[in-house]
Amino acid sequence: MTWIAIGSISDIPRRGARCVDTPEGKIAVFRTADDQVYAIDDHCPHKGGPLSQGIVHGVAVTCPLHNWVISLETGKALGADEGTVRTIPVKVDGERLFLALEALASRAA
Amino acid sequence: MTEKLVIIGNGMAPGRMLEHLLEKAPGRYQVTIFNAEPRVNYDRIMLSPVLSGEKAYEEIIIHGDGWYIANGITLYKGHKIVAIDRQAKTVTSDHGVTEPYDKLVIASGSVPFIIPVPGHDLPGVLTYRDLDDVQAMLLAAQSRAKAVVIGGGLLGLEAAAGLNAQGMDVTVLHVMPTLMERQLDPAAGYLLQRAVEQRGIKVITKANTQAITGNGKVEQVELTDGTVIPATLVVMAVGIRPNAALAKEAGIAVNRGIVVDAGMRSNDPDIYALGECAEVNGMVYGLVAPLYEMARVAASQLAGDEKAAFVHMDTPTKLKVTGIELFSLGDFAEGEDRQEIVLRDAAAGVYKRLVLKDDRIIGTVLYGETGDGAWFNDLKKKQTDISEMRDTLIFGQSYQGGAPLDPMAAVAALPDDAEICGCNGVCKGKITGAITAKGLTSLDDVRAHTKASASCGSCTGLVEKLMVLTLGDKYNPAAVQPMCGCTTLGHDEVRRLIKAKGLKTIPAVMQELEWTTSCGCAKCRPALNYYLVCDWPDDYADDYQSRFVNERVHANIQKDGTYSVVPRMWGGVTNAAELRAIADVVDKFEIPMVKVTGGQRIDMLGIRKEDLPAVWADLGHAGFVSGHAYAKGLRTVKTCVGSDWCRFGTQDSTGLGIRIEKFMWGSWTPAKVKMAVSGCPRNCAEATCKDVGVICVDSGYEIHFAGAAGLDIKGTEVLGLVRTEDEALEHIVALTQMYREQGRYLERIYKWAKRIGIEEIKRQIMDDGEKRKAYYERFVFSQKFAQVDPWSERVSGKDKHEFRPMASVGFAEAAE
Ligand SMILES: Cc1cc2nc3c(=O)[nH]c(=O)nc-3n(C[C@H](O)[C@H](O)[C@H](O)COP(=O)(O)OP(=O)(O)OC[C@H]3O[C@@H](n4cnc5c(N)ncnc54)[C@H](O)[C@@H]3O)c2cc1C
Ligand code: SF4
Ligand code: SF4
Ligand code: FES
Repeated sequence: MTWIAIGSISDIPRRGARCVDTPEGKIAVFRTADDQVYAIDDHCPHKGGPLSQGIVHGVAVTCPLHNWVISLETGKALGADEGTVRTIPVKVDGERLFLALEALASRAA
Repeated sequence: MTEKLVIIGNGMAPGRMLEHLLEKAPGRYQVTIFNAEPRVNYDRIMLSPVLSGEKAYEEIIIHGDGWYIANGITLYKGHKIVAIDRQAKTVTSDHGVTEPYDKLVIASGSVPFIIPVPGHDLPGVLTYRDLDDVQAMLLAAQSRAKAVVIGGGLLGLEAAAGLNAQGMDVTVLHVMPTLMERQLDPAAGYLLQRAVEQRGIKVITKANTQAITGNGKVEQVELTDGTVIPATLVVMAVGIRPNAALAKEAGIAVNRGIVVDAGMRSNDPDIYALGECAEVNGMVYGLVAPLYEMARVAASQLAGDEKAAFVHMDTPTKLKVTGIELFSLGDFAEGEDRQEIVLRDAAAGVYKRLVLKDDRIIGTVLYGETGDGAWFNDLKKKQTDISEMRDTLIFGQSYQGGAPLDPMAAVAALPDDAEICGCNGVCKGKITGAITAKGLTSLDDVRAHTKASASCGSCTGLVEKLMVLTLGDKYNPAAVQPMCGCTTLGHDEVRRLIKAKGLKTIPAVMQELEWTTSCGCAKCRPALNYYLVCDWPDDYADDYQSRFVNERVHANIQKDGTYSVVPRMWGGVTNAAELRAIADVVDKFEIPMVKVTGGQRIDMLGIRKEDLPAVWADLGHAGFVSGHAYAKGLRTVKTCVGSDWCRFGTQDSTGLGIRIEKFMWGSWTPAKVKMAVSGCPRNCAEATCKDVGVICVDSGYEIHFAGAAGLDIKGTEVLGLVRTEDEALEHIVALTQMYREQGRYLERIYKWAKRIGIEEIKRQIMDDGEKRKAYYERFVFSQKFAQVDPWSERVSGKDKHEFRPMASVGFAEAAE
């Protein structure tokens, strides 16, 4: 597994998200109220809404377009809706954040 | 022939008596009431919530003017009876009205006791008895200065909590060692003192007031031990005395109160007395439950039932300070022949004590958790032998008979004659009976039909449980729709508690109001954020993480994830320089779509998020600010060309529109607000389907509101006609502020107005100049913090993180 440094936890507001650009599209990196960090594709399973722009509550985010609620842990839509978005493993080392982006790293090398 | 019934005093007791009388003997009497207070009958108990801001006076009226008219009752407001002539059988008011009676009812209530210390008559010394006192306190509280409350009983503490909620620095002086010593034992008094102090109210016990001093007005209070406390307001709440002087002068037998027999009749057979001024069997009363019983008896007597008789009853005391749970009943002094059971839970702040005599409950003090009050009250009233359940008695009803029951089962287990509403003496059977017989489905219905929970409201929870039990799924507590899945409270309740408890952050709201989730959801967070922004404009730091993305990035998200940007064009007026700047921005950022909006301005669509700050920077150079086209806030003020250009124009509609927009931009509202000003009734600006609209006419400005032209279509209502532009602005601003303070998040003006009532809004904005001014001033104050151009803030670096990716990885150059 290759861990790619993406910055520091303080770059992300609590209960907020920032994006990481990759050739395959944006990845949304979330920071919860209690400083857990999660990464998922910035692409809602419903109609592709930018999840990074949603409201973060607990370990979930509500999509800004039509209010689907997506679990940050599993990437699954909660409640009555069905759909899943890819989750990306995150490593927190002190302040520093890393994403496991095997495929990308190998392609770039 | 109808007999003439005259009533002196229009308080809660005679009000209730009339209700019974109208039911029992309709048309028998021609009723005339004289009331020294210049108003109708209101719920005096609820003055404390009015003082603390949790309720408005209008909400506590028991009988409105219409009730008197409908029942043919003459009410002389502001007439104090100064003489009773028992020979001639007449009464005379201070304004010289003389009225003959066949039967007279004296219900003059009590007068507050004033300690005769030097300075007790200085301006700034108040008592706590009626609405005038509350209004005087609210006025004094505006200074946010220091207040002293003398008296640490029920009234004193409610006054202190109210003044504290209004932002005053309050000290309570109590002469005894612990608070409310007549209702609480020292342990509960101690817990109460701690809870009061935690709210920032200072408490000094064993405090003997020596003098109130000051130069022409109150400046300080001096105690016998030399302590000096500065204060601009002193409230004396040290007790009441039955108001019996008038009766005494007329030669009616008076002891502590007006002496009456069990049928409420004085020694003059044509004169009755009831309420706090009456003395029955050597007892006088100061809580409504026994007074309502007197009212029932007096009404029966007047209707011809000579057997109706008053029997003494103990009434539980509850303190109506939000967040302090306290219940006290009966006798709890220690004694040889008595035992007690005590339960303390320090962590939860709970203290419960039962005083027993011969295996029967004679007294109860509950602090922190009062749910079992009704049950203990029932056991005491029936003198139930509790020896069987002695070991678990203190844990309450739910522990009896083995496994703990849930609260619902506990209510189900109450016997039918258990008293639920102490104030109105309504038992369980009566409530469930009425629900079934009359098919009641809402709390308001139950209140109207049974009076349960209609006075102090502290039994509302029990009544709701009874409704669930009786109606099952048919009870739709959605009479109060919870805000969202994180709470059972509705929007109004939450707004009220935010003010009442002084909650100033989202975590504080969630903690205090017991949110069931750790940090809310996408429904409640934006709502709470708005309520806090609105209620504490100077204190609250807007929480951007609780705003929808549009309000966070100050642009409208589109379906492809790009944004649209709409700069303000005041009143829809623009010029060549502005249009040129827009054209340049469109070219420079290759903006794919430019469109004229329905609100008379220009929308640029398809902008990438990263480009937003640069777009705003360029627009800012040309003098543009954000049009808030994304906001739950003031959007546009559409105008027509008005008297400057149009041959029909009556006023400068363009000018007024621009003025309104410049005055009000930047304000947040529960939902979007769109306005328009038309220069004549031809209405080219389409003002009559807007949230707020103005139609100019020759004689001035006709203000409209509560229109809709979206999912619903609805013409506006007319608020009223004003003569000048200044007045138009003031009325519109006040209306908007009223909506800001009362609207539920996402509730448009027309829905809010439907809920509150058009007449009520007119009354507050058109008729009540003081209210209007106050709304206006609160809006102006809030604008000091709200009128910041969000675009220029962001151009200068605020929330940079919103517009830039955190990192770019995996691209070829990243691996080098
Ligand atoms: C702030 C506050 C909180 C309270 N909280 C509670 C509570 O939680 N629970 C509870 O049970 N009780 C409570 N009480 C007590 C309760 O309100 C009173 O017991 C009840 O209102 C008394 O009713 P009444 O009709 O006897 O007199 P009042 O309601 O006092 O009415 C008397 C009326 O008569 C008028 N009047 C007097 N003299 C004349 C005259 N000569 N001519 C014409 N009119 C005259 C007065 O202006 C007054 O309007 C509270 C009282 C106050 C002030
Ligand atoms: S509303 Fe009246 S004043 Fe305004 S443009 Fe139309 S006709 Fe003229
Ligand atoms: S009318 Fe409907 S489709 Fe058109 S802009 Fe408004 S919300 Fe979108
Ligand atoms: S795109 Fe996310 S809810 Fe529709």
